[in-house]
Amino acid sequence: MTENLKATILSNLWAEMGGKMVGFAGYNMPVQFKEGVVKEHLWTRENAGLFDVSHMGPCYIHLKDKGDLNPEESHIKIAKILEQVLPCDIQGLKIGQIRYTTLLNDDGGVIDDLMVARDARGSLYVVVNAGGKEEDFAIFEKVGAGELVVERLDMNGLIALQGPKAKEVIKSVAVEATNLNFMNFAHFKSEFGALIIARSGYTGEDGFEILVLADNGVKLCEFLLANDDVKPIGLGARDSLRLEAGLCLYGHDLDQTISPIEADLKWTIQKCRRERGDFNGSARILDELANKPKRLRVGIEFLDKAPAREGVEIHSKDGRKIGVITSGGFGPSVGTPIAMGYVETEFAAIGTEIDLIVRGTPRPAKIGALPYVPHNYYKPA
Amino acid sequence: MTVKFTQEHEWIKIEGDVASFGITAYAAEQLGDVVYVELPEVGKTIKTGDAVAVVESVKAASDVYAPVSGEVVEANEELSASPEKVSEDAEGEGWFAKIKLSDASELDGLMDVDAYKAFLESL
Repeated sequence: MTENLKATILSNLWAEMGGKMVGFAGYNMPVQFKEGVVKEHLWTRENAGLFDVSHMGPCYIHLKDKGDLNPEESHIKIAKILEQVLPCDIQGLKIGQIRYTTLLNDDGGVIDDLMVARDARGSLYVVVNAGGKEEDFAIFEKVGAGELVVERLDMNGLIALQGPKAKEVIKSVAVEATNLNFMNFAHFKSEFGALIIARSGYTGEDGFEILVLADNGVKLCEFLLANDDVKPIGLGARDSLRLEAGLCLYGHDLDQTISPIEADLKWTIQKCRRERGDFNGSARILDELANKPKRLRVGIEFLDKAPAREGVEIHSKDGRKIGVITSGGFGPSVGTPIAMGYVETEFAAIGTEIDLIVRGTPRPAKIGALPYVPHNYYKPA
Repeated sequence: MTVKFTQEHEWIKIEGDVASFGITAYAAEQLGDVVYVELPEVGKTIKTGDAVAVVESVKAASDVYAPVSGEVVEANEELSASPEKVSEDAEGEGWFAKIKLSDASELDGLMDVDAYKAFLESL
């Protein structure tokens, strides 16, 4: 076993349940359980999968000194500060609303991707990735120049319950959580103590992400797993589920050189932010919006069964390197290899014929549509 | 008929001067669900230790090494359509290819089933 790994509050539970434990972002995490990645993946698409995401970085961001500001004024003040580094419309968030956004460096490159949500008290609830959380929290405080304080919540449990049966299962924990709309969160009282429940996730399915206090996390998971519709799911299936759903994984599909426009995430930059152009790297990003970026993130349509992994070169039909695969594997729901990567923009149109250089052999493929499986997010009737 | 094993977790089943080979059940278990197999070309001459096939699971791609030297006389084309046979029956229907041995004395250096079991326990 890799040394110096941190445990989440759930690591022991997974090991006891037969999880194959590996080091991931410095934490001891289950990569799969006994049934394996394919069955876990398919189970989540049809039932409900339980994922440990406690390694990630949930936090509150508060004003250090609220003075006599009301929650609305406090929200606007925090939002204006963080909008320097987050190009989404934070000021315009409704109470309880969540947006997916990117943390940008001065060149418009992505330092991390994250969720930002507005709390009723005039604070923000933010969840960043595990790998960069220390750096992210430091950036939030630095851009706050003494006015913001980050209250870390990552000593607690963060779990994701994902799949079409998640909404039935969550009723047994907090019945009102089924009233949440997609990309909204709220606080709930439950027999497992105070919970933050968000209707969100990273599998393309309906589902919930639940922040539970450290002392209650194991009990909550054991309760959920006692439901026949729920199984524990490891990191392996988490990766194939998000890739089929066309979602980016930081450190693979996103990094400090890639802009959100190149990553085909322009929908995360609302119109008012493009008009104001008042965020890190906005010169590059506005230019890429107006004139197209040099490269674009695309999906791959496979014409044979050989998977193309991260690092595989993408060539044009005349044999020139035009890009690289950034995530690749096998999609259990589609039954074919799946991958995404970056290509020069002129080759990014769906249907463009390309070659993937797998172990030195060109394998014909096409630029394909993302996601591979339609998103199944909750829509109110 | 004799079955031998390598330290790279391959099995080899010898019938006369032809041997079929594949990966062991232990290796298949470690790999997880197999989704693709790249087989050696029939007619190719291979040397012990050459990377002659690739097995891809959902998790990763792994090389498979020639357990003995010789000429590839048959490849298990069934695996192209049904790579999951490697996961389901690694030491039976999940065979990769057949090799016409060029040097039968190479077999002496391989493990028998008891030695392989002891090797697994030592890991």
